[in-house]
Formats: sequence, structure tokens, C-alpha cells
Amino acid sequence: MSERSEHMSAAAAGGSGGSPPQKEHSMSERSEHMSAAAAGEPSDAFLVVEDLHAGYGAVRVLEGISLSVGEGEICAILGPNGAGKTTLLRALSGVVKGRGSVRLDGIALSGRSPDAVARLGVAHVPEGRGTFMPLTVEENLRLGAFARRDRAAVQADLERVYGHFPVLKRRLKQAAGSLSGGEQQMLAIGRALMLRPRLMLLDEPSLGLAPMVTRELFGIVQSINREERTTVVVVEQNAHLALDIADQAHVLETGRIVLSGSAADIRADEQVAQSYLGYRI
Amino acid sequence: MTDFLQQIVEGLGAGAIYASLALALVLIYQFTGIVNFAQGELAMFATYIAWQFVNGGMPFWLALVLTLAISFLGGMVIERVIIRPVEGAPELTVVIVTVGLFIFVNATAGWIWTFLIKDFPNPFPRGALEAGGVSVAYSTLGVLAVVMAVMGLLYLLFQYTKIGLGMRAVATNPDSARLVGIRVGWTLALGWGLAAMVGAVSGVLVAPLLFLEPNMMGGVLIYAFAAATLGGFDSPVGAVVGGLIVGVAETLAGAYIGFIGSDLKIGVPLAVILGVLLLRPQGLFGRAAVERA
Repeated sequence: MSERSEHMSAAAAGGSGGSPPQKEHSMSERSEHMSAAAAGEPSDAFLVVEDLHAGYGAVRVLEGISLSVGEGEICAILGPNGAGKTTLLRALSGVVKGRGSVRLDGIALSGRSPDAVARLGVAHVPEGRGTFMPLTVEENLRLGAFARRDRAAVQADLERVYGHFPVLKRRLKQAAGSLSGGEQQMLAIGRALMLRPRLMLLDEPSLGLAPMVTRELFGIVQSINREERTTVVVVEQNAHLALDIADQAHVLETGRIVLSGSAADIRADEQVAQSYLGYRI
Repeated sequence: MTDFLQQIVEGLGAGAIYASLALALVLIYQFTGIVNFAQGELAMFATYIAWQFVNGGMPFWLALVLTLAISFLGGMVIERVIIRPVEGAPELTVVIVTVGLFIFVNATAGWIWTFLIKDFPNPFPRGALEAGGVSVAYSTLGVLAVVMAVMGLLYLLFQYTKIGLGMRAVATNPDSARLVGIRVGWTLALGWGLAAMVGAVSGVLVAPLLFLEPNMMGGVLIYAFAAATLGGFDSPVGAVVGGLIVGVAETLAGAYIGFIGSDLKIGVPLAVILGVLLLRPQGLFGRAAVERA
């Protein structure tokens, strides 16, 4: 235990010293190599984040995040509590104002309000699921399509969502607040799908759910990704599950990316697993 | 017995007016969590605008439609210009701003139209419907019909239109509403516009019964507060039911409780407010706010 925390604080100290461009070099050669591999060619990446800083008032949370995600990929953001994972998603969707550049398919998202980002096809499923409690399940889903103009297609998309989540169809006219936690998370993902998103941001979908339910949920996210080619950025504390479905992953610690790589590589790295993800493989 | 029924009919007529102002209060409260103390004054101001049109020779109903349109826009402008800067400020700040708005609108009306009372035309035919010894004035029926129509239209708007669904989403979870692409700021302005319009209806309905003067809505506002408290501040249906109950209670108390008479009737809404807050703070139709520890 003490060994682990020592290692973590050493990494954090290495990360926070010096100017932002140097921080990656303080990492081991191996992770440097991995992050280069994950970045690919930024020119044809779908989501490109460059040197993103964000925080709340005087509190700085993100200190220069750069990453890129290819179209149709699942990208997992891992890391301990307070690393800035949620803030990263919030900065991507405009809920938190950040400095730096965020581009989706060449269009700048940075500086836009959350509703404007949503209208560009980014569906953010927030921490706590963002359920409209007193509204019915169907109304919650229809709200997901609020930014869309093609009314006729919305009906068809409702059916598509029920296809992924049959349980929602049985609860159509029920108040969303009466659903179980797992069902509400399904509803939240269904709501996001109703936007026909180009990019889906999922914040801790496993939070408060039973392991079986979580596994089912991640399976559905994966099939959505495969069938509809939706690009997904998922923030997770449950690294094991997230790495199962992700193509690539980034490990965040105190506002910086300390490790990037393909999901398989990160899984395979036992030391990484122990230091950052908190479990033995 | 007929006398008793007669009193109830009178009470319903008065209650419908309280109901419409209470409805306006509840609309704003639902969207913004703000209790708008200036709601009555906005209604009074709108009534003056209607009076100005009618005085200039315009047919009553056309004047009403124009007045409602102006109220709607006015409500939106007030939200964007006066309320927006204090959005998210402590409750007391917001309350003081609406009280300031109250004084400003009241004084402006006095400045433009003076504090002398004016006659406001009654849009409904004179006379009454006689049934079993009870006479129901056409104007009472008219008031009830207008308030029910407003209720119905609001219901259709909220339940069956996309913009109504968006408004309900903003009322329940503004953060999440933003994430699905709703322009929350404009939706709040729309809520204020709607509320100003609904409030204007109450002013135009009450003016023929009282006289038109800048302070005419003061009493009505107190009854409307009682109605909204009774029905539950987060329930439009509750506002209307609460308004009718308060109207009937007030009339009955005035008629049958000797020492109340017409002078102490204003004590009835205060008793209602106190009673509800003590016994059932969320009101008849409101949701109790429960938070998990």
C-alpha cells in the first residue's frame, strides 16, 4: 500500500513540475512511446483536443490535456477520484469553460455553450444521469431529440432505442424517476442516442449499479458503437470493464494525462494496472 | 340554502380571478424558482394598456389580444434585462429585485395615467342566468370561462408541443436540458412572457369589478399568494383549484362569520397561507421536496 502511494505521488510530482509541454517527458519511456502510438495522425482524427485547461473559479482541474479519438472509436478515460475525468467531459461539452482547443471533425467546440455543442451532435450523459424525473420515459427520450429538426425520423429512432433497451418500451408512460438506477442509466444512454450523436460522452455509467447491470450496459454501449459507428468517450472508475470495450485509453492523474495507449496495451501492463487503476490483473 | 349557493357562485367568480394571477405566479416559480412579487403590478400595467386601446375606440376583444401580445413581449424583456443579471443570486437578492420592480411599475403607471380611478368596460353582457333561485351573473360565467380557457391552452401547450416539453424539461432539470440542446435562457424568458400574459388576463378581468387604478392589484396579489400556497407553488392545477377555494372561503367567511364582514375578508387569505404552511407546506397538489441525506 505504501509502495503504491509513493509511486503515485512521485508520478504526480513529476507531472506537475515544469511547463506543460515537458510533462509527458517525465513519464517512463514506455508510456511515451505508447502515447505517440495512440495519438496517430491528428489530421484525420475525429475528436482532437489540444492543450485543454479548465477549472472552477480559481481551482485549476485540467492542466493541459491533449488527445485525439478516431471516428467510430471508443476511448476510455481512466484514473482515480479527483483526477479531472468528469471535468474533461464537461469541458468537451461546454458545461465548463476551458482554454485550449477542442475540435470535432474540424469544427471548433471550444467556446460554445452546452446547448450549441449538443446541436452539433455531441450527446453528453452527465454524472448522475441527468434524468428528467417527473417526465415520462417517452418524454425523456423525445427530449434527447430536441435539437433535431427531422420529426418523422424521431419516431423511427424511438423504436431503435427500444431495440437496444427493451425494458424502456415496457415503461414508456411511467415517470422516469420511478425507474431503477440501471434503467435510468439505460434511459440516459437512450436519450443520448435520440440525438443521433456523432460523439457520445458517458460519465461513469457504472456508478451505483450492480456489476451484472454494468456489464450488460457496457455490452450495449459496445454494440451501439459497432452498429452505428458512434464515437464514444467514456469516463470510468471501473477500469476493467472500460478497457474491455475501449479501443484506446488515457489515464488521468491530477489534471494531466499520465499514460495513453491502446486498451490492450494498458491492460497488459501490470505495473500500470497497480499504480493507476488500482487492481492486479 | 339558495343564499348559500349564491355565495358560492360569487366566490367562484372572485376565485377565478385569483386563480389566474396565481397561475402566473406558479408559472414563474416553476421555471426559475422565483416568487415574483411584481406579478400583480405587471397585470395592472397591462390592464392600463388595454384601457388605453379601448379608450381610443378599439373593440374590447381586439384590445385584449393586443394587450396580451404586448404583455408577453414585456415579460420576456423583463426576464432578459432585469432578472437575468441576478439569476443564481441568493433568494433574498431576487426577492428584492422583484419588490423593486413592483414599486417601479406601480409608480410608472401612476406617472403615466395618474392615481385617479378610471372606469374599465365590462366585456360581458349585463344580466344573470337564473337557476333554482340562484342567479349567476354573465360576467361571473365569462370570468370562469376565460380562466378555464387559459388553463386549457396552457395544458395543451405544455403537454402536446415540443416547446412545451422543452419548458417542462427546463423546469425540472435545467442542466440536463442544456445538454440535450435546449436554449435554457430563452426558455426562461418564454416562461416569464407566458406568465405576464396569464397575469394580464387576471388584471383585465378584475378591473371591471373594481376600478382601474395603480394599486388595484395589491389585494388580488395577496389572494393569489394564498391560492398558490394552498395549491402548491409548483402545481398549475393547484393554483387554479387553490384560487377557487380561496375565493369561496373568502366570500363565505364574509357572509356568515359575523365579525369578519367585508372589512376583515383580507384576513382570510392570510389565515389560509398560515394554515397551509403549518399543516401541509407543499400545498394540496405540490410535491414535497425530499432530499436524500
